[in-house]
This record gives sequence, C-alpha cells and structure tokens, in this order.
Amino acid sequence: MGPNIWLLSLGIFLQAGSALSNMAAPLVTRIAIDNVLGDEPLSPHFLVMWLVNLLGGLEAWQENIWLAAIAFATFQFFIAIFVFGRQRSMALGGENIAKRMKDKLYNHIQKLPYNYHVHAKTGDLIQRCTSDVETTRRFLQQQLIDIARALLFPGFALTVMFSINATLTFVAMAFLPIIFIFSYIFFSNVKKVFKLAEEAEGELTTVLQESITGVRVVRAFGRARFEVDKFIGKNNEFRNLQFKQMKFLSWYWSSSDILCWGQIALVFSIGIVFAYNGTITSGELLVFSINTGMMVWPVRQLGRVLSDLGRMQVALGRIYEVLDTPAEKDTPGAVSHDLRGDIVFDNVDFKYQGSKGRKIFDKMTFTIKKGETIAILGATGAGKSTLMHTLLRLYDYSDGKITINGKELRDISKDHLRHNVGIVLQEPFLYSKTIQNNLEMAKDEVTKDEIVAATRTASAHEFIEGFEEGYGTMVGERGVTLSGGQKQRVAIARTLIKDSELLIFDDSLSAVDTETDAQIRAALAERANDVTTFIISQRITTLMDADRIFVIEGGKLADEGTHDELLARDGLYKRIWDIQSMLEQDFEKEDDA
Amino acid sequence: MDNYFEEQDYTKSFDINLWKKLIGFCKKYKKRFILLFLFMTSLAIVGAVFPQMTGYAIDNIVEARDLSTLPAFIAIYVGLIIFQSILVFAFIYIAGRIDADVSADVREAAFHKLQNLSFSYFDNTPVGWIMARLTSDTFRLGEIVSWGVVDIVHGIFTMLAFIVFMLFTDVRLTFLMLAVTPFLVIASVYFQKRILKAHRESRKLNSRITGAYNEGITGAKTTKTLMREQKNFEEFDELSSGMRRASIKAATIQAMYFPIVLSITGIGVALIIGEGGRAVIGNIISLGTLTIFISYVLQMSEPISEIARVLSEMQSAQASAERTVSLLESEPDVVDREDVIEKYGDFENPKPETWNKIQGHITFKDVSFQYKTGEQVLSHFNLDVRPGEKIALVGETGSGKSTIVNLLCRFYEPTKGQILIDGMDYRERPQIWLQSNLGYVLQAPHLFSGSVRDNIRYGKLEATDEEVIEAAKIVDALNFIENMEKGFDSDVGEGGGRLSTGEKQLVSFARAIIKDPAIFVLDEATSSIDTQTESKIQSAIFKILEGRTSFIVAHRLSTIRSCDRILVIDEGKILEQGTHKELLRKRGHYHNLYTNQFKKEAESRILGV
Repeated sequence: MGPNIWLLSLGIFLQAGSALSNMAAPLVTRIAIDNVLGDEPLSPHFLVMWLVNLLGGLEAWQENIWLAAIAFATFQFFIAIFVFGRQRSMALGGENIAKRMKDKLYNHIQKLPYNYHVHAKTGDLIQRCTSDVETTRRFLQQQLIDIARALLFPGFALTVMFSINATLTFVAMAFLPIIFIFSYIFFSNVKKVFKLAEEAEGELTTVLQESITGVRVVRAFGRARFEVDKFIGKNNEFRNLQFKQMKFLSWYWSSSDILCWGQIALVFSIGIVFAYNGTITSGELLVFSINTGMMVWPVRQLGRVLSDLGRMQVALGRIYEVLDTPAEKDTPGAVSHDLRGDIVFDNVDFKYQGSKGRKIFDKMTFTIKKGETIAILGATGAGKSTLMHTLLRLYDYSDGKITINGKELRDISKDHLRHNVGIVLQEPFLYSKTIQNNLEMAKDEVTKDEIVAATRTASAHEFIEGFEEGYGTMVGERGVTLSGGQKQRVAIARTLIKDSELLIFDDSLSAVDTETDAQIRAALAERANDVTTFIISQRITTLMDADRIFVIEGGKLADEGTHDELLARDGLYKRIWDIQSMLEQDFEKEDDA
Repeated sequence: MDNYFEEQDYTKSFDINLWKKLIGFCKKYKKRFILLFLFMTSLAIVGAVFPQMTGYAIDNIVEARDLSTLPAFIAIYVGLIIFQSILVFAFIYIAGRIDADVSADVREAAFHKLQNLSFSYFDNTPVGWIMARLTSDTFRLGEIVSWGVVDIVHGIFTMLAFIVFMLFTDVRLTFLMLAVTPFLVIASVYFQKRILKAHRESRKLNSRITGAYNEGITGAKTTKTLMREQKNFEEFDELSSGMRRASIKAATIQAMYFPIVLSITGIGVALIIGEGGRAVIGNIISLGTLTIFISYVLQMSEPISEIARVLSEMQSAQASAERTVSLLESEPDVVDREDVIEKYGDFENPKPETWNKIQGHITFKDVSFQYKTGEQVLSHFNLDVRPGEKIALVGETGSGKSTIVNLLCRFYEPTKGQILIDGMDYRERPQIWLQSNLGYVLQAPHLFSGSVRDNIRYGKLEATDEEVIEAAKIVDALNFIENMEKGFDSDVGEGGGRLSTGEKQLVSFARAIIKDPAIFVLDEATSSIDTQTESKIQSAIFKILEGRTSFIVAHRLSTIRSCDRILVIDEGKILEQGTHKELLRKRGHYHNLYTNQFKKEAESRILGV
C-alpha cells in the first residue's frame, strides 16, 4: 500500500492547502472593504500584513483597487489548483488501493483449496469482492476528505476569527456541537428506515422475479389477478417506505438547515452590533459571516460520515475474512516426476477436512500398471470422484501411501501433476469465451489440426461446425447455451488437447446419449497409447471394455476384474448387467398377460 | 434481434413523443407538480434575498450607524430562515412523494402489462431484461420527474432571481457579471456531459468485473485442473486496470470541473471588486451593494451546473423511458376477443357464472404451429381425446411434445387449424375459463415464497385448511410437511429453495389437485421424486386423474405404462400410438425408448442416484 498511502496523505495535505486559501480569500475582501475602500487602520494580523506587503504595501493597494481584485482571483485560483490536486490524488490513491484489493481477492480466491470451492457461496463472495471493496474505496476517496474538511475548516476558520474577536468567535461556535450531534444521531437512527425500505425493495424484486420465472404456473392456474394484487401490495409497501425515507430526510434537511442558518444569523446579528460599536469593522463582519458558513456545512456532513463508519469496518472485515483463509500450499521440496509408470495405493485413508470421523476411503489398496485403462463403478457418494481428485492433489489423503512411478504422490509438485494429468470433471466448466478459446486453454501452443483431431475424437467437431460461427461461437450468456452433453464433449476435447501422462474421465459422458458415448469411446481406443486412463461411469456399456473394472463400495475396493470375470461373480456389477435380461423377462411377461 | 437486449445506456436525440407517453403517469399528480413548482420558485427567490439582507445591514445599520432597524432586521432574517426551512421540508416531501408514486405507478402498469403478454414474449425475453425495466428503469424515471424537475426549476429561477435583483441594484455591474456567465455555461455543459459519460464507462467495466468474479469463482475447480490461474489473473488484471483507468479518468474530469468553475467565478469576483470598488470610491454604489454582487457572483455557478447536470441525466433517463415504453407497448399474441370478454369476462374480471363446465373432450383439428422465428413445429396435427382419457406423450427433446401441451393450455395458439374443447373452439371463451379448469404440474416445480399452505392454496384461494391437508395427504406430502418446523406454515424460501426438488414437486402436485380441474397436464411431473415416494403416490395420482382428461409428458415408465394411450411424437408428428402392450409388441420406436429408459432407471435404482 506504500505509495498509495502517500497519495492519500498528499490529498489530505492539499485539502489543508485549499482550506487555507479558502480563509485567505475573505481576507482580501476584508482588506478591500476596510482598508482600501474604507479607512480603518490595517489589522496587525500576520496574514493580513503579509498579504498587503506581498503586493507592495497598503498604499499601492489604495492607489489601485485592481490589486485586491487580482489577489482575490489568485487565491481563488489557488483553491482551484488545490482542489484539483486533492481530488486527483485521492482518486489515484483510492482507485489504486481498490484495484489492488480486487486483484488480491481474485488471485487469492483462485488459490483457495478445491474443497473451499466445493462449498463456496458464489453470491456472497462476489459481494465481498465488489460492494465491500467499493465501500472501502468510497471511504478512502471521499469520506476521508469529508472528515479532513470537517476538522480543517473549523480549525483554520476559528484561528482567523479568534485573531479578530474572541467573543464573537465563541458565538460562532455555539451551535457547532449541536449540528454535529444532531446529524450523527439522525443518521444513526434513520438507518432502520433505510434498511426497511431496502428489504421492501428486496421483497418486491422477489415477487417480480418469481412471477416472471413462474409465468407458466401463474397462467395455468389463472392467477394473473392474484399476482397483480400481490405485486400491488408489495409495490405499495415499498412505495410507502421509500416515501417514509424521504419524509425523514425532509425533516433532517429542513431542521439542520435551521440550525446551520441559525448559527450564521446569530453571528451576523451580534456581529452587526459589534460592527456598530466599532469593535469590529465591516470587512471583519463579512469575514465572520463567510467563515461561519465554512464551518457549519462540513460539520453537518461530519455527523453523517461518522455514523457511516461502521459500514466500512464491516466491509473490511468481510474482505479480510476471505484473504485470511489459507490458500493451497505445496509440500516443501515437491518435485517434478515422470508420471508414466505404475500407480500404487497402499492402505490409503481419506476423510474430508472438518467432517467428523466418516472416512471416504478406508485402507484403499490396489496397483495399476502403466498404460492400463481402469473403469470405476460405484454408488453415488462412494468416493469415486474423490479418488481421482487425490491423483491431482486437489485433496490430500490422510493416511497411507500413494506412489506414481515409484515416487510418493505428496512429493510430486501440484503444478507438475496438474500440468500432466488430464481430467474431465463431472460438471465441466466452460469459460464465456469462444469455443476455440476454451479449447486452446489446454496448452500453450495449439495448432488447428490438434484442435480438430481432439474435437473429432470427442464427437464435438460436427456440432461445433453446425453453429453459425463455428469454432468462433461464444459460449454462455453472451453466446449459445450448450446442452449438458455438448459441454461435456467440448470439455473432453479440451482435455485431450493437453498432452497428458494420465487421463481421467470423471463421469464425463453422463449427459451424452448412448450412441455418441460408444463413438467417443471407440475413437479414444483408437488413439490408445500407453497413457494410463481412468473412466468413471454409471453405465455398464461405458465401462465394459476397460482392461480392468474396479467396483468401489463402502470406501474399499470391493471387487475388480475384467468384464467377464466380474460377470462370473455375484456383485454390484453383475446386478446391473442383469437388468438387460430382466427386461427381456419383463417383455415376455407383458406379452403373456 | 441479438442486440435488442444489449443495454443501450443513453440515446442521442431528445424524443418528445416518448416523454409525452410518460407524462400520462404524471398527470395524476398535477396538483403536486404545481405545488412543487411554487416551492422551488419561492426557494430560489429566498436564496437570492439573503445577500440583499447582508447588503442592507452593512449599508443601513453598520455604515449608517443606525441601530433602530436592527430588531426588525433580525426578525426578518430569522423569518426568512424559517420560511426557507419550511420550503426545504415541503419540496423534499412533495418531490419524494412524486418520486415514489410515479415510479410505483409505472411499475404497476408494467406488471399489469406482463400479465397480459403471451408466452412468446417470455420465451424470447430474458428475465433479467424484464426485471431491469421494472426496477432500475422505473427508479430512474421517478427520479427524473421529481428531482430533475426540482433542480431545473430551482436552477432556472435562482438565475432569474439573481439577475433581476442585480438589475435593480446596479445595471452596469450586472452586465459585467453577465460577461462571465457564458463561460460558466460552456464549462458546465461540456463537463457534465463528459462526467456522465466517463462514469458510464467505468460502470460498464465494473459490471464486467463482477462477471469475471462470477466466472472465476464458479469455474475455480476447472481452473485448477487446467492450471489456468495465472492466465485468468492476467485477464482479470487487464479488466481491473481498465476499470482503474476509467475510474481515475472519470474522477479527474470531475476534479477539473469544480476548479474551472472556481477560477471563472474568481475572475468574476475580481472584476466586481475592481469595477465595483472604483464605483464605491466614486460613491456611485454603496459598500453593501458591492458585497451583494460579490455573493451573487460566488453563487452563480450553482444553478448553472444544476441545470447542466439534469440535462445530461435526461439522456440516460430517456434510454430508460424508451425501454419501459417498449415493454408497455408490447402486444400480446394470445388475446381474448372483445365479445368474448364482454360475455365471459377476462382474468381481471372473470364471470365464472357464465361459464360452461368442461367435460374434457379435446380435439386438435388440423393444427399447425410455427414460432415467430419461422420454425415450423407442428403441421396438420390431428388428435382426438375422449373425456377422461389419459394420454402419454413420449419423444426426444424438441420433438414437439411441449408444443402440443403449450397449445392445449393456450399458452400459444395454433397458427392454423383449431383446438376444440367439448366440440367448441377454445377461442370462443376467455383464457381464464380454460386455465381455471387446468391442473398443471411442471418438471421443474416452481413455488412462490411463502408458507407451504400458501403454495398449496395457490390452486384454490378459498380452500379451507382441511382441504389443504387433504390435498397434501393425497400426494403423500403430509409426512415431510409435518416434519418441518412449523408444519404447513413453514416458509419454503425464495422459489421454494428450502425444499428439495422432490418435495417441491409434491407440493406442486397438491397445488394442482386442490384445484379439482377437468384437464390435467403433467410435465414429467414425477421425475425427481425418489422411487419409493413415487410408487406411493403413483396410485394416488391415477386415482386423481380418474375421470379427468390428462396429458402426461413423462419419462418414468410406471407413469407411461398405465396411460390409456401413448403417443410417440417425432418432428411434430405422431409416429406410433396405442397402449403400452400394443406398442411394445410392435418392437418399434416405443420399444427402443422403453428399453433405454428401463435400463437407466434400473441402474440408478441400484447405484442410488
């Protein structure tokens, strides 16, 4: 934050400069009125003396009234420069800090562990990254200045006024605390009404949203009238609260106006008497009335800003809650390692962090030969995906040993694993870019041929070409919405483009129809090389051609073998296979009936 | 068409016709506008009187060394302050009232319109787009007709008051001071426009940043497996840098405006001090007059910048107005005929006493249907359904099943041909007539915020508690409902979010059943209920469907199997039809569909999906 703190400090310093110049301008008017146009003796105040002498002494001023005019314009110009400098340095400082916060949050969120993202509440996180950062920025960029102004203006104004007349200065201060407290208390209390209005707006939006998304239900039930009545009810509730809010504000602005103007009137009226008595001059009377004006408005604003300070604390707290969540770390000394080799699980235990007790794997043990294709079957929640995720170290196992090509998995760096293991997730994510961009992501440099080869294997080439803009088609909100099966196929192609030493398909054909599924597997088999491949699926047809099929039940490898071997034994695999024959029997029964 | 929903943030030329359409919403509040106008003009005048007071005090009390008028002076001064505060109170009050009312009225009109619009509108318009019309756009319109008017009237009359007062005080100095105003006007118009534009730019980038966060968070898992962190961050950095630049630019332009105005007024004051000072020395004007002029010049920039700001805000308000009017002027495709409404009422004023009871004989007579985009879904489709018959529709996505159901429910109307209910074209009756007799359960059940009871009662608003319980019992939902914390009064959350999909479906079932409709439409209604629950409610469903004409779009075999007639639909045509047994024997399309579905169901039963 270093340089930005300096920028903000510079802004506040310049604010002081503009406050000073603001004090000087009325002084010029005062000299002009009292000493140039009038014949009062020159005030001994050092600022006045300095100013007069700067422009050639009182006589020069008296000879040429334009000197005063130029002096006034010059101070006004100083204020202009100070204000510009202040605004600009506050903007630089505030925006720089906001950008750094946003970047930091984005980067940190990306680096949070996999498990964090499984449970992440997107809406809440986005709010922290956007509106909470915005609240912080607004504090730094605007409210800080408001506070500085509310302290500097009265500070300077009072010194000037004290040098003229102490009694009148006390008069000028009389209402200030009341104005501040009034403002502070008002805004602290009115928050409730604001919040109610905000909630009513939220309810109105919900009714609206539900009525639009549920338009089929509304129509099918002939409930348009009911919906209109419901909407009008909420609409009026919001309308009334919004108005109530304005009513409070009209009370605030009018009564605080009375206080502020009352202060000015008080100073002016008593000042008139003082001027009449000759205690002060006409010019000084003007100085008092202008300076009082410069005190009351910032003080009124201060009450408002300070009542709002809590929001900024809450916002910062929420931001740091995210930033303080530990990011993913690699094992110290983890290295790269050739992954083309046997994979050995030796009594591996796994349980989710924070979950009490329940083990997902319990002493999982098996060996996979280099280049084998392994199919995995198991009920939902059996831990099939987690098993695969441990291979990329998206999760770390709690006990036991996993080695790949002889190296302990924990000692292989995460970067290396994720670069070299290709995985298609169960619910693949496509970025809102073109299909081409999404595919290119897999590798640093990709040729068009590689892309087409991969999309052909994944049976995606044809439907992509079918889009008007082909590979240049945008995915997502700003483009076409792909079906679940199409998404999966693009994701498969993306993973195939990456040169992987290990391939994992995590139920990634689930939304693809049976025929395309078969096509893709045939194409994959054709590519077959010595890459060890894992296929998770719930469909027997997807699994049956694998070298070996693993059946996972109760956190253990319940059974394993080829298709024929498993059919020979009674188990989950056979039960599912038997559905086919059950169906035939079913038909016969129906025919008989 | 693609760009239609792209948010156009401002429009170029002023469109008077557009505003005329919206003036209609303000007419109701004519009195308030007149009051507001009075308050603002008075406030402008009071504001201009204050410097006169100062001038008077200096000339007639201090310089004249005469205290006799002081008490009166103070009384008037305090009176003015109080009067001003009352005006401030009154104008905020009235403008706030206008703001809240006009925006609420526009919202209400738009919502009304939505209830009349047809499905084609909802199918082609993103929900977010509609939402934005009824929220941010109506807010902006309310603001511009209230606070916009406040600022414009105040600005114009403040300027006028200043000029008039100055002319009365000293003509020469007035012209001198008017010499600087053109510069103020030019600077204000120039900068206000640019300030708004720059802010718009940074807001646009800001919403892209929100989008990037959304993508970064929802895609985080994939990002990890693809090692995209660095690249993603680089892209984000580009966005956030752009945003930083745009915001600093906006802030800088804004930071330039005030100092420039300050400098111009500084020159104005200098001119007044110089010329006015000489006039004071020459005894042409008094010291008080000089101070009056100085305060006027110092304040001159305020009304000018107020007016300039409102004028540039008008541009974006006009864009809001345009979009809102486009919604208000959209024409529904499915409308009840005038004479039909006259006789049988419409959704607003239904006349159920004039309605004939529906028996449930449904005929599609040579029905063709084509979407507005030109896509032909049905052509010369014929179907005759006996009262009480249960029809299952099966087929791939996009085969036309849903279109048939949509036409039946009159969400859309045939482009050619007729749909007859009990032998009569359904266009001879209002939509509400059919829809009051319709039981409808969707695959993705849609519930409304509120209690379970409210949601079931949606089917029959006047239903007693017993009826609600009875309906829940029929669909076997009583168990889970009573297990909830507050039973039937438990809150289902936004969109029913606190219930599981299966539970939502049960509630939506109860909601349809309580209505006791003549025609039932089940759109894959039981697909998300677990097998156990499903078999339990299966028989209940069929008991309920007994004697009602039903259309069932289903995947579940158990549902399909027990229908009276199964239609296999492909490309808008009936490929096969008959009972389950007949169709299986054919070993045709149905047989294929059935086998695949059977396997899927059996597998998921074993694997516990």
